[in-house]
Amino acid sequence: MIELTGVSRVFGARTVVSDVSLTVEAGAILTIVGTSGSGKTTLLRMINRLVEPSAGTVRIAGRDIRDVPPHILRRGIGYAIQGHGLFPHRSVAENIAVVPRLLGWDRRRIAARVDALLDLFRLDPGVYRDRLPAALSGGEQQRIGVARALAAEPPVLLMDEPFGALDPIIRGQAQADLLAIQRRTGTTIVLVTHDMDEALRLGSRIAVMDRGRLVQEAAPAALIGAPATDFVGALLGRGDRAFQLMALRVVDDLIEPGPAPGEPIPAGISVRAALAESLWSQRPALPVSRDGVLLGRVTRAALEAQGARP
Amino acid sequence: MSRAAPMAKLALLALLGAFLLTPERFASLLRPFAPGDTAPIYTQTPLLTLTVNHLLLVAAATLAASVLAVGFAVAATRPGGRDVLPFARALANLGQTFPPVAVLALAVPVFGFGPVPTLIALVLYGLLPVFETTLTGLTGLDPALMEAARGMGLTDRQRLTQVELPLALPMILSGIRLTAVIGLATATIGSTVAASTLGEVIISGLLTGNTAYVLQGGLVVSALAILIDAAFHALERAATQRSGFRS
Repeated sequence: MIELTGVSRVFGARTVVSDVSLTVEAGAILTIVGTSGSGKTTLLRMINRLVEPSAGTVRIAGRDIRDVPPHILRRGIGYAIQGHGLFPHRSVAENIAVVPRLLGWDRRRIAARVDALLDLFRLDPGVYRDRLPAALSGGEQQRIGVARALAAEPPVLLMDEPFGALDPIIRGQAQADLLAIQRRTGTTIVLVTHDMDEALRLGSRIAVMDRGRLVQEAAPAALIGAPATDFVGALLGRGDRAFQLMALRVVDDLIEPGPAPGEPIPAGISVRAALAESLWSQRPALPVSRDGVLLGRVTRAALEAQGARP
Repeated sequence: MSRAAPMAKLALLALLGAFLLTPERFASLLRPFAPGDTAPIYTQTPLLTLTVNHLLLVAAATLAASVLAVGFAVAATRPGGRDVLPFARALANLGQTFPPVAVLALAVPVFGFGPVPTLIALVLYGLLPVFETTLTGLTGLDPALMEAARGMGLTDRQRLTQVELPLALPMILSGIRLTAVIGLATATIGSTVAASTLGEVIISGLLTGNTAYVLQGGLVVSALAILIDAAFHALERAATQRSGFRS
């Protein structure tokens, strides 16, 4: 869906992005992670021509983006940023409608789309449609910011630290919402973050940037199992990698027949959460259920084995 | 603002209206200020006519100054307009510091007597407030907001008309208010070069030693300034609320 080939960007004498080549498959979530000044935001902004590459090409759906005028290109790409950037003088509905209006949708289609998006983000359209951004909480503003980016049903969504300004609880919810929505829409997402936990949780692929260079691009488990450089290892925090791996996996594949005592855990929870429960309640095996139906059990030994080096 | 203030403004408006429509009813009030048997109320030209002309002149000058100053500020804040800023700022500062009386003196030989020299003086005098407030309004916008607008595919023109100007409007209005209020007082000197303004009453009072004339001309101008200031304040509040900021 998105192909970067030998992309570089130089500001004056400073090379901010150096010779990056990357491919993002359709429907994937690529998280770009790195410290500040690593060039990750500049890399993202070259995908919608907010920054023009000094060298290299960017293709979206096979088409060189230099062939499309920047403002037309950007209307076809969702864009959500930290601090949401909502227009303070426009209502929630008007903010969401910005790009559909630029694209010339008719009013009924826009109104229907606004309500559908508010529903998708669990905000009652009747309550929120006509509010101004100043009358929303930080979490609500962030959700409207993402809803606005998705308004014209773009095939590609770019996100720059979209959850950076949220407190940890709301941030976790926003991440879960994004994953659920992405599963429904199949949108290809490129998301920039400095938080490795966020990158691991959201990304189907993770690209690590260090001083303008792409140092590793891999699936989350592969990244944890074999960090390419010390820098990647430092970002991961090596002490935790068994648990990071367990957090990526769910208990569903580990269910075996047999009895186990106590309250069942729900299928779909992470190996890490299941192991924590096993340790906390001192049960060597836990029953697993889905929607109230007992599926079997999972043993602590099976859970522990998931933390081994891949 | 307290509740009493709007009531006081309404009372002032009513009083001003009554005085302009039937000034003779106020003759006894001004009597003590008129020397000897001279008339306490100026009658060579109806006060209402002078007031209307005065307001039209100030309105035309304020409009022209606002259009020019907003235009300069917009040009100076465009990516290619960095060179405009020093020129526009120099012009606005010069207009504000060069005495309007001197502008009149320079303009009369070129344009003759009448309203035109006064109009030029008022426009030059009124550039600076609008220019500076518009500049502040346009440069003070949240960078994240402008970044989002660009990232969503608004063109430069759409960003200006749909985001920047609406959000800068309260600031722009405060500049226009200052220009209008300064212009109201300054316009009185136009009558020295035969512009029809309330200055005519004041100058006539000065020449004939009739303090009643000076007072009525001066008080009408002050009342107009207070009322126009209040009207613009109300507009600014409305614009601020519309732009989504809690005032």
